[in-house]
Amino acid sequence: MKQNIRFNLNGKPVSLEVDPTRALLWVLRYELGLTGTKYGCGEALCGACTVVVGRQAVRSCSVEMKDVAGKDVTTIEGLAKDGTLHPLQQAFVDHDALQCGYCTPGMIMSSYALLLDKPHPSRGEILEYMDSNLCRCGAHKRIVEAIEATAKAA
Amino acid sequence: MKTDALNPQSRYAGYLAADFSDRAPTESLLEHDRREFLKLVGGGIIVLMTFDPAAAAQREGGFAGRHELPHDFNAFLRIGEDGRVTGFTGKIEMGQGVITSLAQMLADELAVPLDAVHMVMGDTDLCPWDMGTFGSMTTRFFGPALRAAAAEAKAVLIELAAESLQIPKERLRAKDGAICTDGQQKITYAELAHGKQILRHVMNAPIENPADFTVIGKSALRKDSLDKVTGKAQYAGDVREPGMLFARILRPPAHGAKLISVDVAAARAVEGAQVVHEGNLIAVLHRQPDSAEAALAQIKAQYDRPAAVADDKSIFDHLLKVAPPHGETVAQGGDLQAGREAARAAVEEQYLNSYVAHAPIEPHTALAKVEGDKATIWASTQTPFALREAAATLLGVSPPNVRVIVPFVGGGFGGKSNIQQALEAVRLAKITGKHVQVGWTREEEFFYDTFRPAAVVKVQAGLDNAGLITFWDYGVYFAGERGAAQFYHVPNHRTSSYGSGWGDSASAHPFATGPWRAPGNNTNTFARESHIDALAARAGMDPVEFRLKNLADAKMRGVLQAVAEKFGWTPAKAPSGRGYGVACGMDAGAYVAHMAEVEVDKNSGAVRVKRVVCAQNMGLCINPEGARLQMEGAITMGMGYALSEEVQFTGGEIHDSNFDTYTLPHFSWLPDIETVIIDAPDSPAQGGGEPAIIGMGAVIANAIFDATGARLRQLPMTPERVKKGIVSGE
Repeated sequence: MKQNIRFNLNGKPVSLEVDPTRALLWVLRYELGLTGTKYGCGEALCGACTVVVGRQAVRSCSVEMKDVAGKDVTTIEGLAKDGTLHPLQQAFVDHDALQCGYCTPGMIMSSYALLLDKPHPSRGEILEYMDSNLCRCGAHKRIVEAIEATAKAA
Repeated sequence: MKTDALNPQSRYAGYLAADFSDRAPTESLLEHDRREFLKLVGGGIIVLMTFDPAAAAQREGGFAGRHELPHDFNAFLRIGEDGRVTGFTGKIEMGQGVITSLAQMLADELAVPLDAVHMVMGDTDLCPWDMGTFGSMTTRFFGPALRAAAAEAKAVLIELAAESLQIPKERLRAKDGAICTDGQQKITYAELAHGKQILRHVMNAPIENPADFTVIGKSALRKDSLDKVTGKAQYAGDVREPGMLFARILRPPAHGAKLISVDVAAARAVEGAQVVHEGNLIAVLHRQPDSAEAALAQIKAQYDRPAAVADDKSIFDHLLKVAPPHGETVAQGGDLQAGREAARAAVEEQYLNSYVAHAPIEPHTALAKVEGDKATIWASTQTPFALREAAATLLGVSPPNVRVIVPFVGGGFGGKSNIQQALEAVRLAKITGKHVQVGWTREEEFFYDTFRPAAVVKVQAGLDNAGLITFWDYGVYFAGERGAAQFYHVPNHRTSSYGSGWGDSASAHPFATGPWRAPGNNTNTFARESHIDALAARAGMDPVEFRLKNLADAKMRGVLQAVAEKFGWTPAKAPSGRGYGVACGMDAGAYVAHMAEVEVDKNSGAVRVKRVVCAQNMGLCINPEGARLQMEGAITMGMGYALSEEVQFTGGEIHDSNFDTYTLPHFSWLPDIETVIIDAPDSPAQGGGEPAIIGMGAVIANAIFDATGARLRQLPMTPERVKKGIVSGE
């Protein structure tokens, strides 16, 4: 049964007639045209689909639409403001913190939530927080350095 | 007399990551005749280039004589009427960074900023035929041809400028997108190219002077990073066509299982679902992928399963049982019997590694659009032209009627040479007349992966009293021979390969196997370098000292000494309790040496890699920062096959369906990684995407031995296996 669900997406209000049990990932990718959020595993095991709801990083493959009703949802497309990259995005560029780039949106959204919660995390805290975001190319070292540099500059 | 001999045929099969010798390339863009091509490509200065990777490899003593090249050209560049430089190549970008390093080569030669160069990659309509992106070949074989083409374009520009400015060519040079004199006079590429169409063809690579390079050899930030950090970068699953449907396909529970009965009625009843049932293909199509998935779950199917011939424990016995009785000789020299008699101590061991998945984070995905006798396919693939051929055959049309476009690829590692998902999309598009996207689930990705093959290596070797290796007898089963030939100074030696990693050995395995980053070499380097370490221990010598004593190759000695210096290695006989390991190897023309420090929890058997240092000699390094990234990535990825990655199966049934049971390296594993790139600008550029992964099994195994005295001879070195090794006191 479809329901009307409203939420804020990247700062703009959205109103959708949608099955409330649909996964946010598929709605973002196939209904709202935001393909920056990626499918990787479908079971919240890889982090490629990470978006931020409120101030929390969530796996959009495992979040139902009813759970985002009334909330603020931020995706990778919503981080840059007025054509200026978010400092984390800039740090990922500057540190070459990506290779194939497929896990990158999830990496950035997870670290964005980490820094919202803890602006100056230790290396240990970064490793622990990011542990369930998988990267197959092995860009881990640069990703950690990018997060550290962003935190340091903040 | 030393009679080192390489078998060219089999050597080639081991060298390349995929074998396309059975697929004759058609003519490329160049299915159009040249006049038509020129019409398509537009105005400006166009330089076609022809290069022959097989010949290039032959020159360096690698694989020899076997590839039919396109009759015409493999790539080209254009300086458009707007002055912009565009390179066209059938290579694809999957994270290895060639979109940047290839552009750097063009920018350097043409004296334009890197961001003025545009690369068009992996589009079969726009790019000439290419065999595929694998084998760390893009930079080393493609690079020189590309630079030659750019040099030719520059020569044309200078000729045009000389005429236009009425100044002798000798006084002109290229600078910042213009041809200029030392004084005030200059004319831009756009002005020179405007209203013209000039065609040139380059056949030979130039002799380069590295001192002239301005962009090459200097680190450049990736050209693709801006799109990748903003979510704009498009992958195959991000392409949308009006009215497209998403397909989920019914899969058997095990490889080899046969469908006995199926009931699709309930799936048909799902609103908006379209069921396809044609021969062995049963699929549900829906506008929404999750609805297609839900409808597929309504299908009831029964299968007949064949008896399992092996599981992940018995596979090694099975492989030895089905192995051909006689191996192919990869390398041999001296007199093995004399070497055995000269030995005062001998070590004989067997090394094993399990099946390993590619597990790119982007699963295989494709969108197919079939209209009349034409088709367009957007696919995550390493082999767009092989896909075009196969899709054309499937559709019964000629290859030029099929256009394959490869957007960014979310990791390949050899696994995306498999084009199955794209052919499924094509078949469904043809049947339904709709545009169809097939995006594999993670479970399908594990099920249909062309795994790195399980393999066995048997080694016998002996020492004299001085610590010199007197003989080396090495047999590799089912990994293939890349990296099998040893490079130590051993007077009497033989290296044999029994069954290759894939292809003709398919029947040995319960499912598909295929090339995996540095195919075969991870297995071979694990076995060789573990065994060398065992010999060092038997000789009572420090493992680095032992290697140097038995190494004559100057480049290998160079990387070993460089890594030892960076690591701060001090000599000690293993096991020293320090947890230090060393390994050497060669891959894709590059020399590489690793050192690692590990900590082993003797109660649980858990291994923590604290530090990895890697030195690599890859000849001329186009983009040092890009090369470091590749090395770091290879080291990090390599910890997985060393410590945790192992496909669990019973016969054709794959028990791993997601990342909960199949463990990739995680952030918390991250060691301190340091890389050393040996400065060798006078040597040709070699492969950089693969070499640094090959030593990861051995360097960790040797470090575990140094820490505990336990010699691990099976990959991955899981806590259970490490604990067992410690307890048994081996």
